[in-house]
Amino acid sequence: MKCKYACQSDEHTFARRQFLGGMAGGIVGGLGAMTQPAVAAKLVKEQKRVLVVYMSGGLSQLESWDPKPKTDTGGPFRAIPTAVPGIHISELLPSTAKLMNHLSLIRSINTKNNDHGKGRYQMTHGRNKMPGADFPHFGAVSAKALSPADSGLPGHIRVSNGGGGNRGNDAAYLGPKFASVTVGGKPPKNSARDKSLTPTADQLRNSFRKKMNEGFSAKRRTAETDAYTYSYEQAQQLMAKRDIFDVTKEPAKDLERYGKYDFGRHCLLARRLLENGLPFVQVSHSNYDTHNENFNFHLEQVGEFDRSFAALISDLNTRGLLESTLVVVMSEFGRTPRINKYYGRDHWGTAWSVCLGGGRIKPGAVIGKTNKNGTAVTDRQVDHGHLFHTYLAAVGLDSSASFDIGGRPIPMADPSMGPIEELLS
Amino acid sequence: MTFTEGAPKPAIDAKQTHITTTWKNTTPLIACCFDPQGRYLFTSSEDTPVQRWEIATGKKTVYTGHESWVRDIACLPDGKTVVTVGSDDTMIFWPTTGDAPKPIRTITAHKGWVRTVSVSPDGKLIATGGNDNLVKLWNATDGKLVREIPGHESNVYSTLFHPTGKFLLSGDLNGQVKQWDVASGKLIRTFDAKELHTYNGSQQVHYGGVRGLAISPDGKYLACCGLHKATNPLGAVNEPLVLLYEWESQKKVRSHVAAGVRGIGWELTYLTDGTLVCASGGSGGGFLLFFKPDNGKEFHKFKLPDTARAMAKHPDSLQLATIHADRNVRISRVTAKPPAPKAVPKKT
Repeated sequence: MKCKYACQSDEHTFARRQFLGGMAGGIVGGLGAMTQPAVAAKLVKEQKRVLVVYMSGGLSQLESWDPKPKTDTGGPFRAIPTAVPGIHISELLPSTAKLMNHLSLIRSINTKNNDHGKGRYQMTHGRNKMPGADFPHFGAVSAKALSPADSGLPGHIRVSNGGGGNRGNDAAYLGPKFASVTVGGKPPKNSARDKSLTPTADQLRNSFRKKMNEGFSAKRRTAETDAYTYSYEQAQQLMAKRDIFDVTKEPAKDLERYGKYDFGRHCLLARRLLENGLPFVQVSHSNYDTHNENFNFHLEQVGEFDRSFAALISDLNTRGLLESTLVVVMSEFGRTPRINKYYGRDHWGTAWSVCLGGGRIKPGAVIGKTNKNGTAVTDRQVDHGHLFHTYLAAVGLDSSASFDIGGRPIPMADPSMGPIEELLS
Repeated sequence: MTFTEGAPKPAIDAKQTHITTTWKNTTPLIACCFDPQGRYLFTSSEDTPVQRWEIATGKKTVYTGHESWVRDIACLPDGKTVVTVGSDDTMIFWPTTGDAPKPIRTITAHKGWVRTVSVSPDGKLIATGGNDNLVKLWNATDGKLVREIPGHESNVYSTLFHPTGKFLLSGDLNGQVKQWDVASGKLIRTFDAKELHTYNGSQQVHYGGVRGLAISPDGKYLACCGLHKATNPLGAVNEPLVLLYEWESQKKVRSHVAAGVRGIGWELTYLTDGTLVCASGGSGGGFLLFFKPDNGKEFHKFKLPDTARAMAKHPDSLQLATIHADRNVRISRVTAKPPAPKAVPKKT
């Protein structure tokens, strides 16, 4: 009789059983599934991580990474110098400016898109969304490519308010094991041993299960029974490490420094998760879709972002994690240079910016340029395809490599593109 | 439009409001203020300069000195000095006249944007409010700081001296209007106008604020304006709201709303007949909304050609200037149009 895993359920809560259910896809061990085992072994030795800070709604490049003060499009904010001579960013980012020697900017992105959904897909999947084709999220790719084979924890984490372990549907052909798990600062639901079960009874129960499994496997071992067994082992590790997801275990003074608001807590949780070896963590900050009162809202939002983000970058650096952790601050697009009637800025994929650092990213670099009032890219135009290649290369992957999916090689990134080589060390 | 010197002053008739003057600037406009003698209108725009428009001729003179947007403008009663405040943290004193005006005095007034400036009725004090949540009083003669007044818990959006000069009112993003004793800087009381503030949990933004303040000519009412029904702050889905309080009792007596109008109540002023005027602008266009204290609804609504962003009242109390996102300055008269000149019969 085949086991019925929880993935067959309609319930999307990432309960322990549902996490196990993700294993039923039959792909076991992320790095083992790569077409270049030698590269995989190296990555296991030098584990890389990815932190994405997603500025939901579309951060204005003019109020962040590419200010144009005293122009018709520049808005009211001024530009300030940073730790890197010659690089100026918005005055809304004073703490980040002091850490610019650890970060870099790409100011010449043209994704040719002004739609939220398409932009999100472009930036997190590295390709255009097309009917009939689905590609895995950057987090799924990272989880598959960067997770240690013996990891008992999900590798693709999104941090969001109220996240109790919801499982996303964003891993495409990589399978549900690599789909996102959303957490909000507490351990996933149902990951604690039920109070009615004593540790001794639990141990006895597991021993009995193992014994029965061994007996069964000795006669009728299949890939499915292996996955089943492996899933249980993973669940035990998750239960043992559930505190990793509990941000309240972090010192109160750190929370003070990060900021006692959702984004501050989420950044602190991101630090905790990355320190514990989770390969991909995405934190979101909302909301930048400022068609109205762009400047008041950016004042409010970017100020909050600056404090928490700078604290996180500073900690990753001082704790020696920045070298092995790619950090990307992205949105689905930027915002129009033209200021609308309501002091707002609208959607703009034509000339905008991202900030990134860590891993193989050269610190203190600026790639590309826009014109005087930010209406067009004038140098080194790139798009989401180039960015996706660059992210993968920055964590030591060969972005031209392919995943072996059921014997069929599928390129990790758009094969018609390549990384921004001058940004890589 | 001019009227003959010595002729009887036309009566206010809000329902006859009409635009008399339109001037085009090179960039969208932000703030405006008449000089007390009614010679000039000062405006600011989405680059950095301030413009002076000569009322009689429309001649424009540009003032340069700010490093960022100028958010508010006020004139001293003697007509010699205009004060501007901006997003560059500064307050600048300028001469009202001259072909190439230069700053008289530049002061770093607040940490962060200076959003509002007002002048006391006797012209001796200037009040500012800003993003550091502070209200400050300045000596209008030498620009020296007289008093720093903490107490707001959010950005200060508006200030207004009481006509007696004894009190200063300041309104903030959270919808709190504080009444301060000018002599001591002590808080006297707070008018709770929290209906003018919204926190949208899904968009995670605070929105609204006390955008304008006015005291009725008889001193009976305090009015403050802003917005409510902000179902989509980031998408400009909200409606203007004016709250009316009895000055003595602090009792809220009226919520003035305008049916079918979307936008923000940017500025308030009272006409001499007690009519309260609110300039609104937003996704529903620009309006001058006219209210009487005995009715929550407007008794007249004058549609402007574009969304309004600020309003100023001419010293004659018959003209209202509005400035607009479409770069235009518009001056409206709240009187009936003068009769058209009689046609001269053609000679046969």
